[in-house]
Amino acid sequence: MLKSRKEPGDVIIGLEVHVQLNKLNSKLFCGCSPKYHDAEPNTHTCPVCLGLPGALPVLNEGAVVDAVKVALALNCKIEERTLFYRKNYYYLDLPKGFQISQYDYPIAIDGKISVNGTGGGERHIRIRRVHIEEDPARLVHKGPIECSRYSLIDYNRSGVALIEVVTEPDLRSPKEAREFLNVLRNILEYLDVFDESLEGALRVDANISLAGGTRTEVKNISSYRGVEKALLFEIVRQKNLVRRGIKITQETRHYDEKRGVTISLRTKEEEQDYRYFPEPDLVPLGVCNRIDDIRESLPELPDTKRQRFVQQYGISEYHAKVLTSELRLSNFFETVASEIDPILSATWIADVLKGELNYRGLGISAFPPKHMIQILQILRGKNITEKSAVQVIRTILDRGGEPADIIKQKGLIKVEESTIAKAVAEAIKENPAAVQDCRNGKNEALHFLMGQVMKKTHGRADPNIVNKLLKEKLQCT
Amino acid sequence: MITKRDVEHIGWLARIKLTEEEKSKFTEQFNSILDYFERLDEVDPDVPPAHNISGLVNVFRADVVRGSMSRDDALDNAPKKEGEFFKGPRVV
Repeated sequence: MLKSRKEPGDVIIGLEVHVQLNKLNSKLFCGCSPKYHDAEPNTHTCPVCLGLPGALPVLNEGAVVDAVKVALALNCKIEERTLFYRKNYYYLDLPKGFQISQYDYPIAIDGKISVNGTGGGERHIRIRRVHIEEDPARLVHKGPIECSRYSLIDYNRSGVALIEVVTEPDLRSPKEAREFLNVLRNILEYLDVFDESLEGALRVDANISLAGGTRTEVKNISSYRGVEKALLFEIVRQKNLVRRGIKITQETRHYDEKRGVTISLRTKEEEQDYRYFPEPDLVPLGVCNRIDDIRESLPELPDTKRQRFVQQYGISEYHAKVLTSELRLSNFFETVASEIDPILSATWIADVLKGELNYRGLGISAFPPKHMIQILQILRGKNITEKSAVQVIRTILDRGGEPADIIKQKGLIKVEESTIAKAVAEAIKENPAAVQDCRNGKNEALHFLMGQVMKKTHGRADPNIVNKLLKEKLQCT
Repeated sequence: MITKRDVEHIGWLARIKLTEEEKSKFTEQFNSILDYFERLDEVDPDVPPAHNISGLVNVFRADVVRGSMSRDDALDNAPKKEGEFFKGPRVV
C-alpha cells in the first residue's frame, strides 16, 4: 500500500524547478542570444535585458509555445487568460529592480506526473503551476560567497527564458525528489525544449519540513544530482534541532554544493515584500485557441513510448521503462532493435550496457550503436561467449576500439567443441582425486574440474559445453 | 496608516539607508499619498479589475536573434566595473 497521509517523522518536500528554455534562439523579452555559455561576459545584452530606462519588453512567441508544450506534457490545465507581473526586489542580478514573472495568473495549473515511489509502486506528484519568467544575471564571486567583498555581474544570462514548475508538497524523500527530477528532465528532453548538458539548465529550490514542523527553503541547488544530497543534509539538520528541542526557524538557506551543506544566508523578503503588480508594459496572454495545434505537434512522450515498446517489440515492462527513461537511450535501442532481435537487444542494452555506463558515470553517447549491433551479431552467431561480449563492451568504454579488433586482440573467439573435449580429457587425467570426489557426488570437485578446463582454454570455452562434456565423461550428475 | 517602521522596512527593501529626519519626512509623505488614494473608495467596487487598458492581447515577437550591444557600450554607463564585468556590492 502506498502511504499518502502524513505521519510523524515523515519528510515533506515540495520543489520549485527552474528550467531554462535553452533551445530558443533569443531571450524572453528581447532579441539577444541566450547562448551565453561560451560567450565573453556582457556581450549578449541590450537596453531591455540591461534594464535601461525606457526599454520595452516584447514577449518571445517561441517561449510561450515551449511553455505550453511543457504544461501539456505535465497534464496541466492551460489557463484562459494569463498575465505577467513585476516581482520587485533590489538585487544585482536584476538591473531593472524587478523580475518579470507570473503570479496570480500563471500559464498553467493543476498537473500531475507519476514517479516510482521510494517504497515501490507508482506515486502521483501533483504540479501546482507552471509559469514563465526571466532568468536573472549571473554573479561571479572571487572565492566563497560569504567571504567576497563585492560581486562581478555578467548580464548575458539576464532575460533568458525560464519556466518554473512548482509541485505540491507531495514528495516524501530525497530519493523521490530526485526521481521526480529525472522524470521531469526526461519529459523536457523528449519535448526538445531544453538541453540538460548546459550549465544552469535546471535549478531547484526545495521546501522541506518534517511532518507538523516549520519548513525551510533551500535555494541554489544547481544540479539534479545535488538535490538528493542537499535534501538529506537539510533533513538531518532539522531532525537534530528537533531532538535537541530547538525550534526550527522559517528561513531561506543556501546550498553550498562544494561542501554539501546548507547555510542560512540572508533574511529574505517575505511574499508581500515583493509587491507583485501587473507588468504594464506587457499585454495579457490568451493561448487557449492554440492548445490543439500545440498538442498535435507534441512528440511521442516517455509513457506512450514505453507502451509502444512493450507492444511493438514484445519486451518486458521493466526493460521498456529503463529504455525510455532517456530519449537518447530509447533511440539507441530502436537503432539496434532494427537489426537485432529486440528482446536480445533490450536485455543487453538495459541490463548490461546501461549498468556499465552508470558504473563509469557515462551517458549513452559514449557507445556507438553500430558497435552494439556488431557485438550482438557475433554473440548470436555463437562465436563469442556472453562473458566475452561483456568484456568487449567494457574495453570499448575504457579504451575505445572496434569490437572485431578487440575480439581478435584479446583472442576472444569461442573455442571449438573438439578443443574443449581435449582440455576436458587432460583435466580428468591430471586430477584423479577430484575425479574420484566428483564421482562420489561432490559438487565442488566438478566446479574445480570446470575451472581447470576454463584455465586451459583461457576462459574462452562455452561453460555450458564444458559442463556437458565433463558430466558425460564422468557420468556424474 | 504608515508608521516609521514601515518606512524603515521599505528602505531596507530598496537597500537605502535613511536618516532619522528622512524617516519622519517620508512617513508623512507616504501617509498623504495614501490619503489621496482614499478617493478611490468613492468608485463603484463592482467594476472588474483592468490589468491592462490597451485592450490588446498576445503581442509577440518571433524567436529570432537581433544584434546585441557591444560590451564597451554596455559597460559605458556602469558606475563601477572591473574588466569585462559590472561590479557591485556583495549583498547577502
